[in-house]
Amino acid sequence: MKVLLKGARVLDPSRGLDGILDVLIDGERITLIGEDIKAEDAKVIDLSGLLVVPGLVDMHVHLRDPGLEYKEDIESGAKSAAAGGFTAIACMPNTVPPVDNAAMVSYIASKAERVGLSRVFPIGCISKGREGRELAEMGEMAMAGAVAFSDDGNCVSDASLMRRALMYAGDFGKVVIDHCEDPTLSAGGVMNEGYVSTLLGLPGIPRSAEEVMVARDVILAKETGAPVHIAHVSTKGSVEIIRRAKAEGIPVTCEVAPHHLVLTEDAVMGYNTNAKVNPPLRTEEDVEALIEGLKDGTIDAIVSDHAPHSMDEKDVEFDKAAFGISGLETSLGLVLTFLVGAGKLSLEEVVEKMSANPARILKIEGGALKEGALADITVIDLKKKWAVESAKFFSKGKNTPFEGWELKGKAVMTMVGGRIVYSEKQY
Amino acid sequence: MLKKRHLLGIRELEAEEISLILHQALSLKEIMERDIKKVPTLRGKAVVNLFYEPSTRTRNSFELAAKYLSADTINFSASGSSVQKGETLKDTAKTLEMMAIDAIVIRHQSAGAAEFLARHVRVPVINAGDGTHEHPTQALLDMLTVLVKKGTLSGLKVAIVGDILHSRVARSNIFGFTKMGSKVYVAGPGTLIPAEVERLGAVLAKGVEDAVRDADVVMPLRIQLERQKKAMFPTPGEYFKFYGIDEEKLRLAKEDALLLHPGPVNRGIELSSAAMDGPQSLINEQVKNGVAVRMAVLYMLIGGERN
Repeated sequence: MKVLLKGARVLDPSRGLDGILDVLIDGERITLIGEDIKAEDAKVIDLSGLLVVPGLVDMHVHLRDPGLEYKEDIESGAKSAAAGGFTAIACMPNTVPPVDNAAMVSYIASKAERVGLSRVFPIGCISKGREGRELAEMGEMAMAGAVAFSDDGNCVSDASLMRRALMYAGDFGKVVIDHCEDPTLSAGGVMNEGYVSTLLGLPGIPRSAEEVMVARDVILAKETGAPVHIAHVSTKGSVEIIRRAKAEGIPVTCEVAPHHLVLTEDAVMGYNTNAKVNPPLRTEEDVEALIEGLKDGTIDAIVSDHAPHSMDEKDVEFDKAAFGISGLETSLGLVLTFLVGAGKLSLEEVVEKMSANPARILKIEGGALKEGALADITVIDLKKKWAVESAKFFSKGKNTPFEGWELKGKAVMTMVGGRIVYSEKQY
Repeated sequence: MLKKRHLLGIRELEAEEISLILHQALSLKEIMERDIKKVPTLRGKAVVNLFYEPSTRTRNSFELAAKYLSADTINFSASGSSVQKGETLKDTAKTLEMMAIDAIVIRHQSAGAAEFLARHVRVPVINAGDGTHEHPTQALLDMLTVLVKKGTLSGLKVAIVGDILHSRVARSNIFGFTKMGSKVYVAGPGTLIPAEVERLGAVLAKGVEDAVRDADVVMPLRIQLERQKKAMFPTPGEYFKFYGIDEEKLRLAKEDALLLHPGPVNRGIELSSAAMDGPQSLINEQVKNGVAVRMAVLYMLIGGERN
């Protein structure tokens, strides 16, 4: 079956492509991109006034499946991803039990395939049981389809284990993703350490908890020559360490989440548990440094760190509340409104950081619009104004600090392998 | 009258409201001197003391305050209750509210618990200490104690010494005394000074001596060994030597300086016995004033007219 996408602005900065073009799709791949394509046997979809970009890739989400399906499952998570404009997501292994063996990787991959919406790439654990003691069977997991390794939620605090993980994962061509947090420094903390934590009497998490581990990982990557990817960078100091490391040629990449780009610790005022997230929301100075890091290429990717929770886990005393923000369905809108709309980041940079770069880091196909490429496509209406309404989320996680926010720009159609998996209009 | 239906913290009160409470307390304090210590002001009202943390003086003080005003009281403590069976704070509060109570006094180990409760119930909530956040009635009784002795709360130097980081008493007093026109100096080991404390309105002194010098009020804080997950100073002995208030340090303050302590005191750690039992100590006066300010707060939130 052929599909012809007509009249959209087609943008692929990785190839310098930007113009009003047609895209012809045959089966699951793109067969032609050009002006005014004629294809009488194709189903024509008129996308005039809209923007077509390579399918967005979110390399850091939590799907909670298996074990915590009351928070999210692979189906609700994949629906949420599709609605958020993501054609591919990589899911973290902190499930119950954790994804620390090939059978678990296969379970996620096969369930995601059965669901058949956005592509779901499992990330395997670095350590057995996510306990930070012994290496998990990374080779077996890689064979079963794991695209990367991480003990996300926990930092690998044992430096020797981290060093071995980098060297071993490198053998299989996979990147190790570290959630940088020194537990001896962050212990007991529930928000950023600073003025607001002092005011509210809440235990703080100092920036050093993140930065000492970022520095350690950079040193280990330099020594081993194996790539490391730093998850959800939140501080100015982390950006500076990574900037210097990249200048030295050390194989380090990193990501940032939209909530760290648009919110500060002030969002916690009133003991707002929806703003409780790890790493915590920091300050204006950090936000500015993160945006600067995106602009100068220090920060490679924007990820949602989608962390769905049930209301029972959020509507409690602040220190008892779960960490995390349900982010898949607000990620693109926030970035378009507060970064592109505010002139801080170009549309081209956004496409790189939300598609081509994460695809490259994970070594998965995607991130490009060209003949022969997978027809993974996100269609964006840059002018669409909408308000965040968690009740309408496809995700089971309604935990958002952005409730009621007015955003401009939204994914209106998501196509995976030539199939429409989300669309606001009937075609 | 008070602008809000709850008393969650001193930070959200205006100076005039603090003044009103203190003056109300002064007039109610007289009841405690009477032979028959009971007025019918809150007859037919029910007050719940919802205590998730062990407390003797604050709970007794609230209970007596309510009883002197003829309110009925029940004490609900976390141990030996549905809380031990896993009931959430929200559910416990809803259950109590259905019993037609008129106010909840809450003491809880989580900062923000009082504010959380206030979002979920319709009756007035009085914060009797929430984690390391605020303890508004303690600050009110401290201010009342100083007001009675000094005749004013304006232009005084108040030194708060010790574990500022974990102290809800320190936070409430910094907000309160500052709003009333005093200058609050804080001092303590670097490990127990919270980040950006000066943005609360306090002055971070260079040391204990700097804080206490020429002070009108000296307030050593209780060293809360139970709140310290890690050792924040090497030993109690070393703490006393460098940060404890003894007669020698107290001599740096003004001659007529007042010594306050939120209690219970660790004798020989944050405060020497000689200083505690000396003529400047108002610790017993504080206890009495505690009942008076709690009577005032209960009266103003559930008895009086409110805007």
